[in-house]
Amino acid sequence: MFRRLVRLQGPLGNILSPDKVCPRNQQLRCAVNYSSALAEKRRFYKDVSISQSEGGLYEVNLDRRKLKTPGGKLFTAPNEAMAIAVATEWDAQKDTLKYYTMHLTTLCNTALDNPTHRTKEQMISAALKFLETDTVCYRVDEPPSLVELQKNEWDPVLHWIENRYNVTIGSSSNILGPEIPKETKDTFRQHLKSYNFWSMTGKTTDPT
Amino acid sequence: MAAMAPALRVCRGILKELRASIGPTYNKSLAYNYVMDQFRKNKITGERYCRAQQEAHHDSNTYLCLLGSTRTHLALHKLYHVKGECSQESAAAMVGLRLPTQPGGKGWEK
Repeated sequence: MFRRLVRLQGPLGNILSPDKVCPRNQQLRCAVNYSSALAEKRRFYKDVSISQSEGGLYEVNLDRRKLKTPGGKLFTAPNEAMAIAVATEWDAQKDTLKYYTMHLTTLCNTALDNPTHRTKEQMISAALKFLETDTVCYRVDEPPSLVELQKNEWDPVLHWIENRYNVTIGSSSNILGPEIPKETKDTFRQHLKSYNFWSMTGKTTDPT
Repeated sequence: MAAMAPALRVCRGILKELRASIGPTYNKSLAYNYVMDQFRKNKITGERYCRAQQEAHHDSNTYLCLLGSTRTHLALHKLYHVKGECSQESAAAMVGLRLPTQPGGKGWEK
């Protein structure tokens, strides 16, 4: 029985070793392994560069390998500025790779992979849901110094939003909160629709 | 909302951050060339209110904020997170206590 167990471990072990997954002649396509956040990955590349592919998209290259997203897709940035910023993040890594410092890379990966499969409309609805329970609209009536503080800090923000987008929000001190009229929500929905999918991802992704 | 820093200060700030994160070879990096190109291109504009220039200015401020915040975050992480778990003795020593000793061993040990 033990011999069978040992034989089972053989093929499983092979799958995990990177040499078998990406044989030498396919090194250009080798994926960057994002798995095992605990293990310390050393910086395995020397140079970072960008290249332009068809469709006006930009790719990031680590030495001779192309960068890929954790979902396995090829990493493509819609413009040169984003590609250069991501390349700079990878270039700024010293001996070990610290993924928590590569914020733009993470956001781009989320936009490309879309792991929760959200459409733009779902993201807009989710963002608008926060409007009903926004802290700035919830006021208390006492103690007076807190009321004063709320008035000084939060009122300018509310006035700015109301003037800028020509909407009514208002603040309230009861537990149910302000009544947001439908026109306000529609105005915001219209404004949010003008952003493209990448910008919406950047706005609504939770930066853990 | 809040006033944005003037363009020259933002440019210098971005270059400083690049030097801090990449190292002495920062002036040969992609980001350096791109940033300098963009600043030079947007410096001179014919119209009084050039939207592209305003947007580039806003973007550069945002990028400077991102670079600075990332560096601060890394420094904080190094300060507080690197050591990981420490032993019982050192944890007690942090607050000035010592672990109790029981000569003769605890009764249930063999």
